[in-house]
Amino acid sequence: MADTAQRVRPRKDSTSPSTRQLSYVEAVREAAELEMARNPSVLVFGLDVDDPKAIQGTTRGLVERFGRERVFGTPLSEDAMTGVAIGMALAGLRPIHVHIRMDFLMLAMNQLVNVAAKSRYMYGGQVHLPLVVRAMIGKSWGQGAQHSQGLHSFFMHVPGLKVVAPSTPYDAKGGLVAAIRDENPVVFVEHRLLHFTQGPVPEPLFEVKPGKARITARGDDLTIVGISWMQIEALRAQQYLADVGISAEVIDPIWLSPLDLDTICQSVERTGRLLVVDTAWTNCGASAEIVAQVAERLQGVRELRLRRLGFAPTTCPTTPVLEDLFYPDARRIAACARDLVEERSTGWMPQPREDLKQFEFKGPF
Amino acid sequence: MGICAALRSEDVVFGTYRGHALYLAKGGDLRAMVAELFGKETGCTKGKGGSMHLIDTAQGVMGMSAVVGTTIANAAGYAYALKLRRSSAIVASFFGDGATEEGVFAETLNFAVLKRLPILFVCENNQYAIHTHQSQRQGLPDICQRVRGFGLPAERLDGNDLPTLLHVAEEAVAALRAGEGPRFLEVMTYRWREHVGPNLDFHLGYRDQAEADPWIANDAVCRVGQLLDPDEREQIEREVEAEVADALAFAQESAFPPASELLCDVFKE
Ligand SMILES: Cc1ncc(C[n+]2csc(CCOP(=O)(O)OP(=O)(O)O)c2C)c(N)n1
Ligand SMILES: [Mg+2]
Repeated sequence: MADTAQRVRPRKDSTSPSTRQLSYVEAVREAAELEMARNPSVLVFGLDVDDPKAIQGTTRGLVERFGRERVFGTPLSEDAMTGVAIGMALAGLRPIHVHIRMDFLMLAMNQLVNVAAKSRYMYGGQVHLPLVVRAMIGKSWGQGAQHSQGLHSFFMHVPGLKVVAPSTPYDAKGGLVAAIRDENPVVFVEHRLLHFTQGPVPEPLFEVKPGKARITARGDDLTIVGISWMQIEALRAQQYLADVGISAEVIDPIWLSPLDLDTICQSVERTGRLLVVDTAWTNCGASAEIVAQVAERLQGVRELRLRRLGFAPTTCPTTPVLEDLFYPDARRIAACARDLVEERSTGWMPQPREDLKQFEFKGPF
Repeated sequence: MGICAALRSEDVVFGTYRGHALYLAKGGDLRAMVAELFGKETGCTKGKGGSMHLIDTAQGVMGMSAVVGTTIANAAGYAYALKLRRSSAIVASFFGDGATEEGVFAETLNFAVLKRLPILFVCENNQYAIHTHQSQRQGLPDICQRVRGFGLPAERLDGNDLPTLLHVAEEAVAALRAGEGPRFLEVMTYRWREHVGPNLDFHLGYRDQAEADPWIANDAVCRVGQLLDPDEREQIEREVEAEVADALAFAQESAFPPASELLCDVFKE
């Protein structure tokens, strides 16, 4: 077992009934609340963080507890507010800037890429920017072209930015705490469908540290790396595969940058087969990077078979019939994994299992 | 409607995700819009863009963005092209009060004044961006005053007063065609329902029903209806009801797009 990996933690908490079950939303909220209570330098702001819907509930109660100076809604000014966050961080605050869609980060690109990522280095190590940018990926009910993009690889590309994409309430809490305490800019990626999921989350503060992946299912036949929401789908795929006697090891990278290549490579060295599934396009994406790094390290060490799955190479359509084809899901992951293991095109697609059905956001808003 | 009635078919409009009325007022096809909401292949974007991205290039509806403020600059670019070609057509750019907080708004106003572009900026001010009132977002919540600082005329109007709106729009459009440079209209209006979707949202507590009541009582459609002869009005209403029923039936009967559409239109071939 990879000793660098995060401790394997059961998803369904069968062993210790005392561990609380929290939703992802609650876990994010709690991480922010506890860190704000601990450190008066931590601030939360962004469009609508103080409105009645409180960013799906992730910022609920923070204004009441910490006041409007430390928690505030902003004008619709993503570019300027990102620059403002950088200025705050330069002055020693620890801002958390919230965006209800990752797509809106495109308005903040200059400040994030040209300033936040660069400042530490180009000023010769004299300044640092402890800044968290929370960004949500949308899916279903007509999110479409501009409300559904998974653009985390843009940020992985740039030295000086860290990227974390937790898939469980446990990692959401620990990952956000680690991001807030990090002395550098961190992009915290949340998939909107994950917000509704439940899982065990300890009450005290803890960190899920940068650069540590987690093995979420043990197996020998292939390694599946599932990013963000695709971790959920990968674990469902693992069950479909078990039905046909294929044992998949599933890994959640949690942190995309820095990436825990050791844990992934140790698994692939054993299985010889790697499938990386992302909630994003594959081209120049996180999946491309992971596959490339594994190939570079393991080429010549052992024989490898590699595959990626992600968004179809097109813009996200709104009509449900095309949207269904746009996204990978558990059954398509399983089918792809089986082909990889059997080293041929089997044409197999598992019959849908009711207990592994996908949750759909029905809207409105 | 009041603005679009002052436009010609060769004039061009750009809008936002809340652009359904704009699309229809500029001559968009009701059947194609409803089919789009149903995700059908007969929709105005073949089911690909959905509710937030209506378009009808033949009627001069040049698109709508779900990223607030983005089409304001696109409209200015179109206006530049019209001017370069010595066209008599003009552009109208529609956006909300929230969009005026984005950098692109200020940057576009400056460019439009600099180049004396034939563009009418129309801010549909419903006082809210989602659940947040204008006064909680703008240090100086007087959009016209801010706009005048860029060097263009700005006027605030009651969106429920259609005759005045039409009159002012006609004047503004005439000035634009005469090459007098950009104009700005702030049209006051109100959102009756939740930010997105069919439900009421007064229970959320960020606004009161009492605030909405006068807007609903003074609704522009009712007021225009009252100006009409009752028989004529009944006739119009019957026709509109039939048109709506037809569009719904059309959308329901239409097919979903085939799977082959998924990968089409990424590029022009
Ligand atoms: C750049 C950007 N930031 C944030 C959002 C989220 N958002 C969607 S609508 C909206 C409010 C826009 O308010 P306004 O411009 O007044 O238009 P209205 O919805 O009131 O018509 C916000 C903040 C967005 N779509 N785009
Ligand atoms: Mg508004």
